[in-house]
Amino acid sequence: MISQLIFDGLTLGMVYALVAVGYSLVFGILRLVNFSHGSVYAFGAHIAMVVVVTMGYGLIWGLCASIIVTGLLGVAIDKISLEPLRKKKSKQISALITTIGISYIIQNSLMIIFGSESKWFPKIFDLGIIKIGSVSLKSTQVGIFLTSLALLLILSYVIHYTKIGLAMRAIEQNSKAASLMGIDVNQVVSFTFFLGGASAAIAGTLISGYYQVINPQMGFIVGLKAFSAAVLGGIGILHGAVVGGVLVGLSESFAANYLGGGYRDAIAFLILIIVLILKPTGLFGKKHIEKV
Amino acid sequence: MKKENKKTNIMDNFVDQINQNKKLKYALICLLLCVAIALPKIGLSSFIIRVFTMIALYAILGLSLNLITGYTGQVSIGHAGFCAIGGYTSALLNVHFGMTFIFSAICAMIVAGILGLLIGAPTLRLSGTYLTIATLGFGEIVRMMALNWDWLTGGALGVSGITRPVIFGFELTTFNGGLYYLVLVLLLLVSLAIYMIIRSKMGRAFMAIRDDELAATLMGINTTRYKITSFVISAMLTGLGGAFYVHMVRFIDPNTFNFDISILIISIVILGGMGTMKGIYLGAALLISFPECLRFASEYRFIIYGLILVLMMRFKPEGILGGQSKKPYKMPSGIEGDYQ
Repeated sequence: MISQLIFDGLTLGMVYALVAVGYSLVFGILRLVNFSHGSVYAFGAHIAMVVVVTMGYGLIWGLCASIIVTGLLGVAIDKISLEPLRKKKSKQISALITTIGISYIIQNSLMIIFGSESKWFPKIFDLGIIKIGSVSLKSTQVGIFLTSLALLLILSYVIHYTKIGLAMRAIEQNSKAASLMGIDVNQVVSFTFFLGGASAAIAGTLISGYYQVINPQMGFIVGLKAFSAAVLGGIGILHGAVVGGVLVGLSESFAANYLGGGYRDAIAFLILIIVLILKPTGLFGKKHIEKV
Repeated sequence: MKKENKKTNIMDNFVDQINQNKKLKYALICLLLCVAIALPKIGLSSFIIRVFTMIALYAILGLSLNLITGYTGQVSIGHAGFCAIGGYTSALLNVHFGMTFIFSAICAMIVAGILGLLIGAPTLRLSGTYLTIATLGFGEIVRMMALNWDWLTGGALGVSGITRPVIFGFELTTFNGGLYYLVLVLLLLVSLAIYMIIRSKMGRAFMAIRDDELAATLMGINTTRYKITSFVISAMLTGLGGAFYVHMVRFIDPNTFNFDISILIISIVILGGMGTMKGIYLGAALLISFPECLRFASEYRFIIYGLILVLMMRFKPEGILGGQSKKPYKMPSGIEGDYQ
């Protein structure tokens, strides 16, 4: 029973980690919480649904299409709305409100196009049940867990061992100095949005395949949980987001079992408040000193 | 593009002129008040009166959000949660204990203020983004509680049978214009309270925090305390708005105040102008009357709210009536010399 709960939590947690990484990447570079991330996640799931259910292609194609289209949506969000604000050197609050507006536009456009009711989505990695000793694992969960793990490893490789990852880390430390070293800051920021959008799209598709339902409001609560995960691990830190995601997933799975299903969504928010009171920098965060 | 600039300049000049000419300003305010008072007496249909009531209600909500977002610079996107708290408190006190509107509304304000303190105290110590996220979650938690705590809130069925506000044995309805006058009085009181707050030492501290939090700290302002004060006052006034709404429609359920309402309130503030009071009245009038005027567009109105947020931030972040006054700075009396 306990091991079942742990594995449920791990599966959810890895997917939250994928979404949380999107928050963390953008926050690390721009010091901005990207509110549109939750609706980007819902958008990704809907693209996958169009390709898989409406057009009848396989899941792999749906995933690929969703990654590309959603990644491009992320780039478009940055290019159309956020880059002009950076050029104008607007206040931070402007960018924040802009992302709130974008999130609202995307969510309501999805509602008008697809309708606000829940729709069916095919189950993914459906190969039956795998038994290891006394623990029986659903193949769907194993598939989701492994896919998320692989993607997180790829992301971490991109950030730590490639040239563009180096540029991202440089901008995170000091964007002005980075641009003086010949790094095209805007291009790197757009790439970051692409990565965020792509990982959100994958997370959206995986979760839709897990619960087998999809609706335009699905991004709202997942976005909140993933943000809690990012804050728990220390926002802006990649491995922090992963650990945070897993912890949020685990606590959700335990809360749903012991406290009742009604508290399933509340637990992430509770974690967020507790972290903010006790250690606002998160588990792995370093204290940020503001220089004048 | 150039033409656009010129237009806004004319608008700004007009606003500046009114600001400079005190007599003109007071005359305009008196005129607007007279029009507002005379509205129900000139034979408008009760539908139109209801629209005006909603405008005044949303002006209250906009003003209270403006206190924290416009004057103190902290974005809250969960103000519908405080509306719901105020609404439920007032409704339950009214239905179970027979409290009249005035007392139940005061209780609603107190409860909303306490919750504002509970949310604000941990999150306002940090940078503003955390408040935004916490309020987003707060709005959702309130909705979930309203849905799950059947014993208190009636769950999805909501609370019905709330009585209309009664003052001196006189029942206020939309038909006799009583509700409209009540909301007008509330709006005046709220406006007066906020005007006095922003003119006081506290208000100057709020604006200092908005403009540069670090500099405000260095000036010896206890930023956390002022931010929390601002947030609590804002929550209380929002709770009052929620209480009024509930007594007007005589029903509340978990979806009465959802995330759309939070976005509507913040759109009003952004469109009219953060950190102005006149802007909020204009914003409320525009955004509440437009779905009524343009029925064909009402399906898209939520997208339009989103577009307003994005476009205003891009092209006119200070809002329609916002922006810095071009009035030359006047030295306080007693200071002499050449400070140009």
